[in-house]
Amino acid sequence: MIRSWEFYVDMIFVTAKAWILSLLGRFLPDWIVVLASITISGVVILCLGPVIMMYLTLLERKVIGRIQNRYGPNRVGKWGLLQPIADGIKMFTKEDIVPANADKIVHLLAPIVIVVPALMIFLVVPFGERMTAVNLNIGLLFFIAVSSVTILPIFMGSWASRNKYSLLGGMRTAAQMISYEIPMTLAVVPAIMMSQSLSTNTIVLAQTGDFDLHWFIFTPWGIVGFIIFFLCATAECNRPPFDLPEAESELVAGFHTEYSGMKFALFYMAEYMNAFTLCGIAATLFLGGWQGPFLPSWLWFFGKTFLLICVMIWFRGTFPRFRVDHLMGFAWKFLLPLTLINILLTALWQFTSNLTAWLWSILILGISLWILVKLNRTFVPEKRHYPLES
Amino acid sequence: MIFGMGVFKGMMVTLKNFLTSYVCKPDNGGIFTVQYPEEREKVIENFRNFPFLVYDETPEKIRCVACGICERECPPKCIHIEMALDAAGKPTRKPAVFDVDYGLCMNCGMCEDVCPFDSIFMDHAFEVTAPEQSEGLVRHKERLMKSNEYFQKVRPTLASAIDQKRKASEDKKKAAAAQAPAPPPPSAGGPPAKQEPK
Repeated sequence: MIRSWEFYVDMIFVTAKAWILSLLGRFLPDWIVVLASITISGVVILCLGPVIMMYLTLLERKVIGRIQNRYGPNRVGKWGLLQPIADGIKMFTKEDIVPANADKIVHLLAPIVIVVPALMIFLVVPFGERMTAVNLNIGLLFFIAVSSVTILPIFMGSWASRNKYSLLGGMRTAAQMISYEIPMTLAVVPAIMMSQSLSTNTIVLAQTGDFDLHWFIFTPWGIVGFIIFFLCATAECNRPPFDLPEAESELVAGFHTEYSGMKFALFYMAEYMNAFTLCGIAATLFLGGWQGPFLPSWLWFFGKTFLLICVMIWFRGTFPRFRVDHLMGFAWKFLLPLTLINILLTALWQFTSNLTAWLWSILILGISLWILVKLNRTFVPEKRHYPLES
Repeated sequence: MIFGMGVFKGMMVTLKNFLTSYVCKPDNGGIFTVQYPEEREKVIENFRNFPFLVYDETPEKIRCVACGICERECPPKCIHIEMALDAAGKPTRKPAVFDVDYGLCMNCGMCEDVCPFDSIFMDHAFEVTAPEQSEGLVRHKERLMKSNEYFQKVRPTLASAIDQKRKASEDKKKAAAAQAPAPPPPSAGGPPAKQEPK
């Protein structure tokens, strides 16, 4: 079978892994080869996560700096490329302080536990064609279940710190993340409906077509679903403007006020890895994952993911923080009804996908948006005047 | 007004800032950071920092006559002067000791204003460090003295004005000396600036 060079570029990582495994298979029993296959995928993910996190911090600082008309870090190495390593060394050598009245065991466990779900989500992210670590047939369900575990370690840390700011941050996290979990899950439903699968791989394959450009975002329900999913993802990983759990100006540092050194770094790492995986899942569900013309599949995937991360950073550079009641209201009174309408739209699209469906969708969306905005209008009481008694 | 337009506008503002930071000059939306050790902002001519002493051609021809006016006028009292004595114990109108404690100096420039001999001026050098405070920031005469060329370089307008003034007064003196063939020996009470050769 003759294959073009593009195929080999596309499959470079897959081929490399298969080559290593076949090499091992020559003089090792089969069960070791199976273990080696798992180990290779695991090691790649365990290295990829922290490295991506380190360079995301650099990217974020650079982009935020440019938005604020200054250079970002540019002292350590060329363009500040070694800055994350310097930060890492700093974090390692810092003193680890545990508050006197803290619940020591839970305080220690929280930062360790938070990294686990962040890394576990990497399992179902399709990095490229045939590059999903575990092709679970309930991949999306797995993602939703595991990502919602993140609330627990954050609350553990905040409770164990025995600090009022931490606890306030933890309470806010619980409220925020549970609320945003619901519209996020419902925003995913249209993609599942259209691809008729929970497997991330199958969802990507369902978006294939001419030039590999039949992405779900090019449909009315896709746009709405994507925007809702992305906003909820931003809220899920506690990034501005939804960073109430660690609101610096109100809560010192929120749930990680009492953490220092490597424990703090683990919280930080989990946050950035979550941002990456959520962007990756958003790209998978609505932007066609690794589908795209001309370029290798893994390049398409990382390009889309980093584009979304840049948008997250852009949000951070632009918006001030939400007020708590606005935050909750936005999730429950605006996003949730909109996701339900979106699911209806998807059903409509399933039966008639043509120009009239576009028009109908826009009409329904417009009307529902208008009604939701009207219903969500903040109540401003009339100013009362007290005329001076003469 | 469409719902959500404000959000969109805000994002466009930051996007514009992001893009212009790569292409524009600092005045129209570019980066205005000056990366200090490598880049420096131009020091304006009238910038003043710590005082220094001017000498004319050689360090022996120092303009200062150790009159002590600046020492008395200095608000934080950071100047210390001792006049040099010759072998016979007579004052020589030259400073033997001229110390300025940069740690005390408050950069007011009063010494520059009161000096009748145009000898003390404020410098442009602002990178002054010392390992310890008490002795390290005291500058002695040798380090305080800088040539007139240096003065011309850092503050050209003031330096040339002062050079002209000094030249004019010297010419006047020469003319006066030529007119009066036999000047009376006691010349005290007149204009103070009188440089004695030898």
